[in-house]
Amino acid sequence: MLNIENLNAGYGEMQVLRSINITIAKGEIVSVVGSNGAGKSTLLKAISGTVKSKGKITYNHESLLALPPHQIVQRGIVHVPEGRKIFLEMTVVENLLMGGYLHKKDHQQNLDRVFTLFPKLAERRNQLGGTMSGGEQQMLAIGRGLMGNPKLLLLDEPSLGLSPLFTDVVFGAIRAINSDGVTVLLVEQNVYQSLKISSRGYVIETGKIVLTGKGEELLNNQEVKKAFLGM
Amino acid sequence: MMFLQSLLSGILTGGVYALAGIGMSLVFGVMNISNFAHGDLMMLGMYLAYFAFTLLHIDPYLALLLIIPTAFLFGFMMEKIFINRVINHPHQNQILLTIGLGLIMSNTALLAFSSDPKILTTSYSSSAVTPLDGISLSLPLLFSFAITCLITAILYLFLSKSSTGMALRATSQNREAAQLMGINVAKMSAIAFGIGTSLAATAGALIAPTYYIHPLAGHSFLLKAFTICVLGGLGSVVGAAVGGLIIGVVESMASTYISSDWKDVVVFVLFLAVLLLRPEGLFGKKGGQ
Repeated sequence: MLNIENLNAGYGEMQVLRSINITIAKGEIVSVVGSNGAGKSTLLKAISGTVKSKGKITYNHESLLALPPHQIVQRGIVHVPEGRKIFLEMTVVENLLMGGYLHKKDHQQNLDRVFTLFPKLAERRNQLGGTMSGGEQQMLAIGRGLMGNPKLLLLDEPSLGLSPLFTDVVFGAIRAINSDGVTVLLVEQNVYQSLKISSRGYVIETGKIVLTGKGEELLNNQEVKKAFLGM
Repeated sequence: MMFLQSLLSGILTGGVYALAGIGMSLVFGVMNISNFAHGDLMMLGMYLAYFAFTLLHIDPYLALLLIIPTAFLFGFMMEKIFINRVINHPHQNQILLTIGLGLIMSNTALLAFSSDPKILTTSYSSSAVTPLDGISLSLPLLFSFAITCLITAILYLFLSKSSTGMALRATSQNREAAQLMGINVAKMSAIAFGIGTSLAATAGALIAPTYYIHPLAGHSFLLKAFTICVLGGLGSVVGAAVGGLIIGVVESMASTYISSDWKDVVVFVLFLAVLLLRPEGLFGKKGGQ
């Protein structure tokens, strides 16, 4: 579905990603794990077109590199950014409607879908985004992403700064979304939880992929255990 | 009576200031650019109203139906050709560009229309209504105020209900996230600049029957629009509307109770006081740039 070959990206003079190769097949959950500053967010930004990159990114055999971000969203690649970035002065419903900006016909159906997944959002539908807790904002950010009819959902650190309870809710939601047929590329520092729900994973270090394998394999890998799981 | 008279005329003038301020604030909110050509765009609006009246014999208020779309197109193109090139650049580049564009407009107007002030005199230019004994309200200012209210209401509905309006607000609140929603933020910038330009031109046309029309008339209005934006909170449309009314009333009170020579001083003292005491403005958010 998504094929990344020899991808290089960065900000101005600073190169962040170095010859990255990643493939994602339809229906998978794929994790990219690594520590802070390894280039995980930059990878997602390169895919969604918000950071300039060189190399090859193809989605269903079409190159994404020349496309502006709003056309990449149109293809069904939806990026839920790090730090949620919800619209603080809009209500929950308005935030969700913005997520469905390109799919106005599906608003009602998608709202129902989001409210079923996150009943809390339905309760808070008229609350301003800026007045919600971090966990609620994360639900809203994921829900807003779902409003865009994603075929491939890019999730950037969805569990960052969340309590264990909310983390479980978020990972549960990711599984549910995936079993609805949405392919997921998950970028996380929470190595254990994300590899556990992933079919495959990549370990990224200082902009390079250093290890790849099935989720279970990586969890049992000695280096991964030592570096990320404190074992 | 003097107080009421002063308050009412302040509100009427303030309404038109508000319109100019809203345009500037909208552009700032969506694009994070301070448009220093805003006053000159107002000046163009004044001349458009003047020529519509003298050459085409169209009433200046009716001429708005022509001026609004023309100005929108002008602003939209100006953003597409010039402004979008500096959108991710340092503020000083943006300021230089918009000041430069403003200078080109005002100097072209000087060359084309000469520096003689023009006066647009309609049959009702000096008419007034007296709703109460001792209170007299200028008819053109009343018209202008009513039109301002109408336009502000339409703009408010557009921003809060329509899909494009919501996309504009989303872009203003978080440009990066708006992009990820599939919003074409480059187009939103051009639309915002187009709306900003039509609001400036409308404000210019609305004051044309009561002010001198002059190629450099925009400069004092630019300062006012900027003060209004800062007063209301940069980027806040509601703030700009309220800020406009406040400036209008303060000016009017200052001319009544101090002297009309001092009205600008009073306005700028107020401006400085706001910067000192509440730098984010009346309706602004803390932590903005």
